[in-house]
Amino acid sequence: MTEPKAEAQVTAAAEEPYLEIEGLWKAFGDFLALRDVSLTIAQGEFICFLGPSGCGKTTLLRAIAGLDPQTRGSIRQGGRDISDLPASQRDYGIVFQSYALFPNLTVERNIAFGLENTRRPRAEITARVQELLQLVGLPEQAKKYPAQLSGGQQQRIALARAIAIKPGLLLLDEPLSALDAKVRVHLRHEIKELQRKLGVTTIMVTHDQEEALSMADRIVVMNHGRIEQIGTPTEIYRDPATLFVADFIGETNRVATTFSGGSVRVGDTTLATQATGFAEGAAVTMAVRPEDVLPHAGGHAGAPLPNHLAVRIEAMEFLGSYWRTHLSSPALGATPLVANFSMNAVRRLDLSVGAGLTVELPAERVLVFARGGDNG
Amino acid sequence: MAEAPSLPAGRAIRLRIDSDGWIKRAFMGVIALYLMVALALPLYAMLSKSFVTYSFDLARYEFQVSDESGTVWGEPVSAAALNAQLGKFSDADLASSTDGRLSVTDFFPDFSFRSPVKYRIRGVADNAPYLVGLDLRNSTEWQEFDSNTFRRINLRPVASTGLQNYTEYFSNPVLFSSIENSLYIATISTVLTVIFAFGFAYAINRSCMPFKGAFRLIAMMPILVPSLLPGIALIYMFGNQGFLKGILFGQSIYGPLGIVIGSVFFTFPHALIIISTALSISDQRQYEAAESLRASKWRTFWTVTIPGARYGLISAAFVTFTLVITDFGLPKVIGGQYNVLAIDIYKQVIGQQNFEMGAVVSVVLLIPAIVAFVVDRQVQKKQVSLLSARSVPYEPKPNRRFDMAMLAWCAAMGVFIAGIIGVCQFAALINYWPYDLSFSLRNYDFNKMDGGGWGAYWNSLELAALTAVIGTAIIFTGAYMVEKIDGFKTGRAVFQFLAMLPMAIPGMVLGLAYIFFFNNPANPLNGIYGTMAILVVSTVTHFYTVGHLTALTALKQIDAEFEPVAASLRQPFWRLFARVTVPVCLPAILDISIYMFVNAMTTVSAVVFLYSTHTALASVAVLNMDDAGDIAPAAAMGMMIFYTNATARVLHAFASRSILRRTQAWRVR
Ligand SMILES: Nc1ncnc2c1ncn2[C@@H]1O[C@H](COP(=O)(O)OP(=O)(O)O)[C@@H](O)[C@H]1O
Ligand SMILES: [Mg+2]
Repeated sequence: MTEPKAEAQVTAAAEEPYLEIEGLWKAFGDFLALRDVSLTIAQGEFICFLGPSGCGKTTLLRAIAGLDPQTRGSIRQGGRDISDLPASQRDYGIVFQSYALFPNLTVERNIAFGLENTRRPRAEITARVQELLQLVGLPEQAKKYPAQLSGGQQQRIALARAIAIKPGLLLLDEPLSALDAKVRVHLRHEIKELQRKLGVTTIMVTHDQEEALSMADRIVVMNHGRIEQIGTPTEIYRDPATLFVADFIGETNRVATTFSGGSVRVGDTTLATQATGFAEGAAVTMAVRPEDVLPHAGGHAGAPLPNHLAVRIEAMEFLGSYWRTHLSSPALGATPLVANFSMNAVRRLDLSVGAGLTVELPAERVLVFARGGDNG
Repeated sequence: MAEAPSLPAGRAIRLRIDSDGWIKRAFMGVIALYLMVALALPLYAMLSKSFVTYSFDLARYEFQVSDESGTVWGEPVSAAALNAQLGKFSDADLASSTDGRLSVTDFFPDFSFRSPVKYRIRGVADNAPYLVGLDLRNSTEWQEFDSNTFRRINLRPVASTGLQNYTEYFSNPVLFSSIENSLYIATISTVLTVIFAFGFAYAINRSCMPFKGAFRLIAMMPILVPSLLPGIALIYMFGNQGFLKGILFGQSIYGPLGIVIGSVFFTFPHALIIISTALSISDQRQYEAAESLRASKWRTFWTVTIPGARYGLISAAFVTFTLVITDFGLPKVIGGQYNVLAIDIYKQVIGQQNFEMGAVVSVVLLIPAIVAFVVDRQVQKKQVSLLSARSVPYEPKPNRRFDMAMLAWCAAMGVFIAGIIGVCQFAALINYWPYDLSFSLRNYDFNKMDGGGWGAYWNSLELAALTAVIGTAIIFTGAYMVEKIDGFKTGRAVFQFLAMLPMAIPGMVLGLAYIFFFNNPANPLNGIYGTMAILVVSTVTHFYTVGHLTALTALKQIDAEFEPVAASLRQPFWRLFARVTVPVCLPAILDISIYMFVNAMTTVSAVVFLYSTHTALASVAVLNMDDAGDIAPAAAMGMMIFYTNATARVLHAFASRSILRRTQAWRVR
């Protein structure tokens, strides 16, 4: 489980860092909105800041944009220290949740806003605007006003306006959250494609894990102004660094227990883990994802196998591609164990409410986190 | 994950300021400077003036008198000693003003200008001014004069600071009674106006009566005329030769009665706008709830309507109170012998040239105005929070009896308002009241009257146009800087304070402050005194706050992310300002300019101290012609102001509508 992380670090280090954020703090009065945030982003990467509302994503983005400077810490972009540069002297394009399109200018004039006033010939500007409209798939809308477009179309115009000046960095603050679900999924894909085509380093803020998992090269998970974990979507999902990450992304079953000899105990069952670095007897939380609970034919004789639990099915809910199942076990006490069983497994093992069976929690899928503190 | 949760030591990072930042700061600095010069410094000058008293300090002077031969001199003797000896002047006699003069011969009962006796005078203190003819001397050396010159010597008073003016003011029963009178008038007018305006607003918002549009239009008419115009109409109706004099049962219209009726007239639209806004934001759902609880109409009115409109009512009451207590035109025209604070300022300054006492009265007048202002601001804040709560607007249902009652109420108010204007129009168009009622345009021949003639009208038009254009530009730019500049918190707070201040300053006070500040030879801006420029500056400043608030409201509705977007596109702010902000705010900008225009046409209070012979104004001409007994021409000039403002309003409505039509492509969603 540690290999992918090492690999990611190698790839990140191989490319030269484009944006280096070092020890960033932001204070609003006594309130610390960012706490010691450090982060390196490679050229051409698509990064998502992911976290619950109010965790400081926008604050971090605005510091990078020079709109509301950090209280402490430094930011370097393309080798240049931009820590105290005003927004106009930085190099980025930005799209806000509100799109901030100028209502009294046509789509064309909106996109051209950053191109005019730069001694570019008129014809070149017109050509560039057309090119951008093609790029975002709205070549017919040049003469319309923003209010005449749908939300998704406005979104794309805002994107076209932001990339018109060929910025080195593209900043997107919850660009999809004002759209309805269908448009959102479609635009996710389009934005990702566009970013790949242009190769522009991009940071997108979102509180939607699906969005982050499907779009980002790497995800920065934040909580309470702190970075919880940085990693690729699979790393974040499969190997969450903290219980917060495990909980925020995907689902987990969690049990408070103690650590002993590389294992944790749940009731009278010992669960082997691959976790290291915990003191003998340390208070820990064991977590396992519902899809990592593997069903086996029930009722075998003899001593329980390691990492196997005897359970009873309390409830089943059919969710299309799998069954969501609530399991009870004397070992777990009152808290049910949630498992996602494939349709095949349910058919093969003939599972139904009330049936007993054995489930395996594979050692490499049993996650262990320190208890206590605000991520306990 | 266990790093210390506290901020490391060090300095907060501040962004470097780019050229945009500097330009914005410079703009704001210039407008703040304008407000300093046009508001803060004059007020300061006035305030300090109110603490200055002038008196003759006799102990500062010594005299020596020669014998008949003019060679042998007697002992030096101080003026104070001579006065004590003669018992001539009391301390009260020695109190004076800036212009005071005291002839030295008063200390020498046997003085004769033909005698060969010579006189010497010297100061024994540093500051002992006296005049020889028109020549000011101030010396501790003996100066020698023959008797013929000596009789032309006058002592001059010296200034000292202290509370004497205030003690004098509050111990003067005549002046003090003005406070009572002002409070009395303002309280009664406020109660009446708020009740009348509430009924009117209630009818417009809560009934299904017909002709709402027409009533709204009529209700706004008083805004278009000077506050003193109803005074003229009242004189025609109830004055000594008034055609309705009989219904007053011997009461005189000159005095509190006239002031109150006129005040209700001119404050009515102001109160109506505020109360109407408050009523229009009430929530339909509350009424539905009350209905479902089977609450009676009467009970619903007291438990839902009135509490819902309470902020509007409080705000309207304070605004009306301030308007009445600071108004000068109306009591001047119809107040008769009834003194109020605003009249006292005028009398002290224009009549008695006692500027210091004028300043004292101004400070007294500032108190209610500032209290009203503070209360109004608090209430407005609360109301805004009411407004932002999502509510369903109230939809009145037809109810014949109620609607008819409301119609009757509005009709009564409409007749009152239109009647006042109508009487003025009638008076302006007839030959000679009450003897020759034939039609004539004679009263419009202003050049035949005192008061500035047609020139005054053109001056007013020029003032209004300049105020509208310059004032709107300054106000909107200033509001933009306050709203859209980033960082620079203290600077913005100071600016915001200066921008809100004019609302708390009565026009009379502002005008008097301008005299103190600008009519001072030591002031480098002394040159604008007596010109059109000072009238424009005072008018822009006087009406600054409402324009500022209008601009702020419009600017707050613009997406706050426009500036960041423009900066990220590396575009200067002024490009965004010119291409987006101003076009989007154009309706608000037009509203500000029409407000400035109309007020510049009608204002009297500040400019009455500041106009000169070649910058006479129409509104002041109304006052002066009335003063001179030319009441019909005064009414005619008042009507000229009315026509002009009505035309401006119509043009404004057209311009607004055509702009909206042209831009509706991007407004409709
Ligand atoms: N200007 C501000 N003044 C005070 N607190 C702020 C300000 N801006 C943001 N905050 C606080 O900082 C925290 C992080 O905000 P933000 O970065 O906007 O969160 P999000 O992750 O939802 O984008 C929130 O608790 C917010 O209340
Ligand atoms: Mg946010």
